[in-house]
Amino acid sequence: MESFRSLTVTQRDQILVEQQVFDIFKTFYNLPPSSQSFMLELQRENHVEYLTKGLTGLSPSFCVLDANRPWICYWILHSIALLDEFVDPELENNTIDFLSRCQGPNGGYAGGPGQMPHLATTYAAVNSLVTLGGDKALSSINREKLYMFLRQMKDASGGFRMHDGGEIDVRACYTAISVASLLNILDDELVQNVGNYILSCQTYEGGISGEPGSEAHGGYTFCGLATMILINEVDRLDLSSLTDWVVFRQGVEGGFQGRTNKLVDGCYSFWQGGIFALLKRLNSTKEVKPIPLGDGEGSGEESPQTTTSSDAAGEEGLNGDLSLGGSHSEIGDQHNTSSQDNVIDIDHNHSKGHANVEPLFNSLALQQYILLCSQELNGGLRDKPGKSRDHYHTCYCLSGLSVCQRSWLEDEDSPPLPRAVLVVSRSLGFRDLWVQNVR
Amino acid sequence: MDSREDDGGEPLSRMVEWRDVTPLPQDDGPNPVVPIAYKEEFRETMDYFRAIYKADERSPRALRLTRRAIHLNPGNYTVWHFRRLVLEALNADLDEELDFLQRIANSNSKNYQLWHHRRWVVERLGANAGAKELNLIKKILSLDAKNYHAWSHRQWVLQALGGWEDELDYCQQLLEEDIFNNSAWNQRYFVVTRSPFLGGLKAMRASEVRYTVEAILANPNNECPWRYLRGLYKDDIKALVNDPEISSVCLKVINTKNNYVFALKMLLDLLCHGFRPCHEFRDSVVALRTSHTDPLDPDLSMAICDILEHVDSLRASYWIWRKNKLSVAAV
Repeated sequence: MESFRSLTVTQRDQILVEQQVFDIFKTFYNLPPSSQSFMLELQRENHVEYLTKGLTGLSPSFCVLDANRPWICYWILHSIALLDEFVDPELENNTIDFLSRCQGPNGGYAGGPGQMPHLATTYAAVNSLVTLGGDKALSSINREKLYMFLRQMKDASGGFRMHDGGEIDVRACYTAISVASLLNILDDELVQNVGNYILSCQTYEGGISGEPGSEAHGGYTFCGLATMILINEVDRLDLSSLTDWVVFRQGVEGGFQGRTNKLVDGCYSFWQGGIFALLKRLNSTKEVKPIPLGDGEGSGEESPQTTTSSDAAGEEGLNGDLSLGGSHSEIGDQHNTSSQDNVIDIDHNHSKGHANVEPLFNSLALQQYILLCSQELNGGLRDKPGKSRDHYHTCYCLSGLSVCQRSWLEDEDSPPLPRAVLVVSRSLGFRDLWVQNVR
Repeated sequence: MDSREDDGGEPLSRMVEWRDVTPLPQDDGPNPVVPIAYKEEFRETMDYFRAIYKADERSPRALRLTRRAIHLNPGNYTVWHFRRLVLEALNADLDEELDFLQRIANSNSKNYQLWHHRRWVVERLGANAGAKELNLIKKILSLDAKNYHAWSHRQWVLQALGGWEDELDYCQQLLEEDIFNNSAWNQRYFVVTRSPFLGGLKAMRASEVRYTVEAILANPNNECPWRYLRGLYKDDIKALVNDPEISSVCLKVINTKNNYVFALKMLLDLLCHGFRPCHEFRDSVVALRTSHTDPLDPDLSMAICDILEHVDSLRASYWIWRKNKLSVAAV
């Protein structure tokens, strides 16, 4: 191995992150099983506390997000929903009222009251209101005006501008089309040429870039793929090269990078991880009926299962939670009782003929990264060790975790399969940990 | 920082110049959510901005006010948008605007609004601004060679204003500094395929293959040149399969028995697209097998999938899936 100084910037930066991450993993594996269990728990209460606090008050340093307040709402509300919690009715009403004040007289939502409407904040506001649900929230959206706003943002190239006179990119396409689809106002006028624009953004690497010619990037790839699915033109993309690109975005740390040879970041757990959920749905509608999980491992049941061999994935029973698995005390006492033998499968040995139901990414490795490296024990999640928590990363790390836990399922609305949720196994040693090419 | 420029950072309410304006508070409602505890300077600046914005006053003082607001929150796209309206109305000196942007570039290098504003300004300045722009972007890239906005902007400048002549050299230089810089590889692809001076992808292909193969041999575990190599044959799969340089570099790397994941992967792709390997390929692949006790699958593609499932075990599911697709195709 070359001396540190002869390495390139990319190599140096990568090694530094790997060292931090592997230190965390090593420490984890030297802990007694009960501590390990704790480390792999989702700190639900603390996360909810962190999130709810943000909803009710933000420090002066947040003034740099003063034009993104519907986003902050969405990151918080979506995270709370993933944790299967609720916001109290008063906060809910206040949110609906606040977002109405962000709604422009000519449609769309701005970053704050009195600002110009913007596609991203429109996406955030609409999704916040849909997450809250209920008549009051939904009827507060002026669909007719929103449609007019989307038409205004439509560009001749097929893409959309983020705001009046704003930038055009794949994000803008996604925010516009997804909102239109959600609100049932998607029409030919909005759709025309979007497919052409996005197609022109698929790069030689297989991923999708923000603008034609730019680098393939996880955020834009999610946006581009999702949009093509919504407008029913996904077959125009080269899906095998897209799949091949995204599969290689998962790194030794278990998490995902946004671009080739860049650093892992917890938020890509969703932007990249979510791509697999989209692809799975596409693959399953095309292929022959998938091979169900065999060998007595069950499918979709929540009952406890016992381990049949050292590398099996039988798991203990789970909470009946519909959203994120991995419990905290209030969910019940099924979690991690030491009398069970089983659980965890940081084992990635999947060669049991389950390929059709198995996700194409390493779901357990990703969960390991999220829980051990992104999670802050006193609430919130972050990009990577050494970075601070924030609401954006909390939202997308949790979203990624949810994708992981549902990645084995045929039906995304079912609760997570026990085998899909990362928990602790007693016999696990450092060797068994997902680790590759440790320097 | 420049926030004190032009107005000394004094409270606006105490300035004679602003006496005639009634600041407009934010309509947050009685119980806003995600309320930010604005500092006084911020609140006041935005109250005055709201007043000016509502009145649509496109004056010199409005211009100064937008600068003040931008310093406090460079993410406020409404302020940037209004600044553009004012610049237009005043027929302002856009070279000075570029200077202003340059001064705040380093601390805002990842800000969408700043880059979009730059594009707007440069578009109006036209071809003369091109060289200066490319230089500025170089400076930003020297601090962060992968800045996504900077690269997108650079591509826009090249396409709108030219300057292609030195771009391939620039990519070369960046790759010499860091052969793992995927942004530089991406830019190389951009130049090779779109530069009006280079004759297009097909014309450049042979020399680019040579360059890329060299890069691969220096660091076979570097994903960039492998994807680039594949990209050189985008839409021309037959040529990829038939180019002996491609299969040859795969063989070379596999024979080192080190860092051969991408080499095996490329070989698999070649096989999937009709490559007929001579026995050397199978021998080399067989030689990789160490601890696996099962004999290698008679089908070379399947054998490769099996090996990859073990040596690239993070992606075991993917390699199993690829293998299954092979058997479906074979039926």
